[in-house]
Amino acid sequence: MIKFRLEERAKSPYWLIILSPFIAILVAIILAGILIVLAGANPFESYYQLIIGAFGSKNSFAETLARATPIILTGLAASIAFRAKFWNIGAEGQLYFGALATTLFGTGLVVLPSILMIPFLFIMGALAGGLLLLPLVLLKLYYKVDEVVTTLLLNFVVVLLVSYLLEGPWKDPMSLGWPQGKSVIDDGALPQILSKTRLHLGFIISIFFAFSVWFILSKTVIGYRIKSVGLNAAAASHAGVPIFKTVLIVALLSGGMAGMAGVTETAGLKGYLTLDLSPGFGYAGIAVAMLANLNPIGVIFSGVFLASIYVGADAMSRAMNVPTYLADVIVALTVLCILLSLVFVHYKILFFGVKKND
Amino acid sequence: MTTLLKVEKITKKFGDFYANDQISFEVNKSEVLAILGENGAGKTTLMNILFGHYTPDAGTVNFEGHAIEFGNTNNAIKLGIGMVHQHFTLAENLTVLENIIIGRQSIFSLSLPKRQARVKILELSKKFGLPIDPDELVANLSVSEKQRIEILKTLFLDCKLLILDEPTAALTPQETDALFSTIRNMIETGLSVILISHKLNEILAVSDRIIVLRNGSSVGEIDTHAADREKIAEMIVGKKIDYPQKKKIPRKSKVFSLVDVSYNKTDAPKLSKVNLDLYSGQILGIAGVAGNGQTTLAKILSGHFKPTQGKIVFNKAKRVHTSPKSFMDLGVAYIPEDRNSDGIVGDMEIWENAIMTEMDDSYLRNSLGIINKKASFGRSENLCETYDVRMQSIRQRSRLLSGGNVQKLLLGRWLMRKPKIIIACQPTRGLDEGAIASIQNLLLKAQQNGSAIILISEDLDELLTMSDDISVMYKGMLSDPIETSSTDKLSIGLRMAGDGFL
Repeated sequence: MIKFRLEERAKSPYWLIILSPFIAILVAIILAGILIVLAGANPFESYYQLIIGAFGSKNSFAETLARATPIILTGLAASIAFRAKFWNIGAEGQLYFGALATTLFGTGLVVLPSILMIPFLFIMGALAGGLLLLPLVLLKLYYKVDEVVTTLLLNFVVVLLVSYLLEGPWKDPMSLGWPQGKSVIDDGALPQILSKTRLHLGFIISIFFAFSVWFILSKTVIGYRIKSVGLNAAAASHAGVPIFKTVLIVALLSGGMAGMAGVTETAGLKGYLTLDLSPGFGYAGIAVAMLANLNPIGVIFSGVFLASIYVGADAMSRAMNVPTYLADVIVALTVLCILLSLVFVHYKILFFGVKKND
Repeated sequence: MTTLLKVEKITKKFGDFYANDQISFEVNKSEVLAILGENGAGKTTLMNILFGHYTPDAGTVNFEGHAIEFGNTNNAIKLGIGMVHQHFTLAENLTVLENIIIGRQSIFSLSLPKRQARVKILELSKKFGLPIDPDELVANLSVSEKQRIEILKTLFLDCKLLILDEPTAALTPQETDALFSTIRNMIETGLSVILISHKLNEILAVSDRIIVLRNGSSVGEIDTHAADREKIAEMIVGKKIDYPQKKKIPRKSKVFSLVDVSYNKTDAPKLSKVNLDLYSGQILGIAGVAGNGQTTLAKILSGHFKPTQGKIVFNKAKRVHTSPKSFMDLGVAYIPEDRNSDGIVGDMEIWENAIMTEMDDSYLRNSLGIINKKASFGRSENLCETYDVRMQSIRQRSRLLSGGNVQKLLLGRWLMRKPKIIIACQPTRGLDEGAIASIQNLLLKAQQNGSAIILISEDLDELLTMSDDISVMYKGMLSDPIETSSTDKLSIGLRMAGDGFL
């Protein structure tokens, strides 16, 4: 039997930090390949189809980036919150709240020229997402109510609220009976940025916010406070860091990012609110943030990666006749492998008897 | 005398840093060997190598003639080496008995062989004078009782060499005496003990031989009966220690008063009707057995808790909002009791910790809230130099600093602000002689510059050398201050036990 133990590294080498997510992804792909074999397909051909499906043509590439848009925003939402150890699992609900705000303000209630209308919708979406989180963060700060529970459960409440509105008062009479909201007015719709594809301005906006969040977290006092609160709130408070204010800002920023993901989907991809607006983008954001090790710039790449798996898996499943659920398996395995790879980044493995001192 | 343990030329590097550099020593049967050294001298690293937590880069260790397999704790235990860590490793929700036998069973075994274990444990308990109740939950035990369990755990595994890492750090004087008589009992039955400590008096009282480590190297070995306290202290620090010299200065204006302050919530020990006046240039010592409300008082004085009754009157300030920040702005500096969990953010870099209190300073940030890194680095370098915080780089993670350097960083951070009031809770607890002297000198210098200081300490020697006046806390009550020159250890000790309180 091989015996081994872990020893903490004094300092992790840079090449290992950079290489480790790629190795983790590779391992995840190999493991998922075993499942593809079990599903009766050739894994190499399947992965080829997956890559072609995600990046093989202008259209598929655009589709991947369009899919990445909301995931990058929810990934940012999770990154900000998790850095402060504020466990916001409610990005899904905040996304839908942002979508509700878009529908409320963007379908005729407010009419502005496009150059103002689009920022206005994003602000409203961000506010809606932030406001949804506000009572929960106050419950946490005043009464120590665990935010994991409240944010998670509120997701279901919000989805039911959306369902009620779309089946009832907000149902578009022109929708031939489908439960969907009215269309966002033309001046509010996010323009296409690549002709004959579904890729819209929202993608650029999400990249812009990734850089903004990176700037806030690494260069400003508020980012520094968020870091200190996340790493040791007691010590930060003793040094005069305002904990209450910092956690509040974290919640508003995090909820705001997720709310804007609702805007990009409602005003960008679909043009109107539907019940299946988000197939779990809020939860995908958590995986994206973990993959990126909570780095906002990394979130862009991990968001595109996740989107490519989902988009590519559809193509793979059509071409190879394997279940499309393999996408979920690959994503889940990747997250697990990344978490495991962090162990190797921070620890050395020592095998007994390999290193003799004599 | 037979040699039990023989350590030869052990070297362990972390990066470029030599934690242990060619250390050699022996432990004989029935002997207490003390390993002395400042924090960061390499004591704990060395013990972790012996016990199989670390693998050294070079060197050998022989135990009863067998070479130790490095990096294998089970092997160390099997040979008969037991270790009691400074921080206990007990499962709070299990009983004493379960804690002692757990971890030695296969995880697949469905039941624990409790009956035989109980007999053996009670036997050991009697033999070594370590009274325990095997069925008590560990969560209900005091610190010294938990330590007894840790010692019994190693004895249960038939250890021949017991390593005790800073065993008295959290014990009262009486508990320390009890521990030492246990150690003597063990020696008489043929066990050997390695005692790691930085408390000179204790080492001189209980050990047979002393080894001094400094900066990772062994700098000397002495038989305890031939040892001289001051000489060892200098060996440890490597230079003459500048012991603090108290100078009294005339007190000027009153900086604040507490008027009938009470605290009656369940989250901390209560306070009842505390009255206190503090003057600039005064050091008021507060003595008391831990848990009598000193921490609550400190938290009220630093703006963390709001008194349930009574008020705090600051000189000149009209209304005071209860928050650490607004107290800071009134000139209060607070040195928390637990510097690692409440003082420093271990995973942030030294410079980030150094500027944490200074985020309103327009020199370090612009009006948009963007941090000026160059200015911040400069400020941090300056702080570390002024207050002698020894580090490799200000970009280093703060958790790698030794306790003394953490405390110098925290105290220096406050002193840079020229505080009017310093609330120092156990500022020198767990530090070595050199660091204690530096911290005490820094506090005395602050007093000379006009700061008013409240010194909360369990170390009576410290209170008597540092304070102008001493008050005693007992069950949430605070006695009137007594001038230090007109009191002594004995009478303070009596007050700490409740004498003179209603």
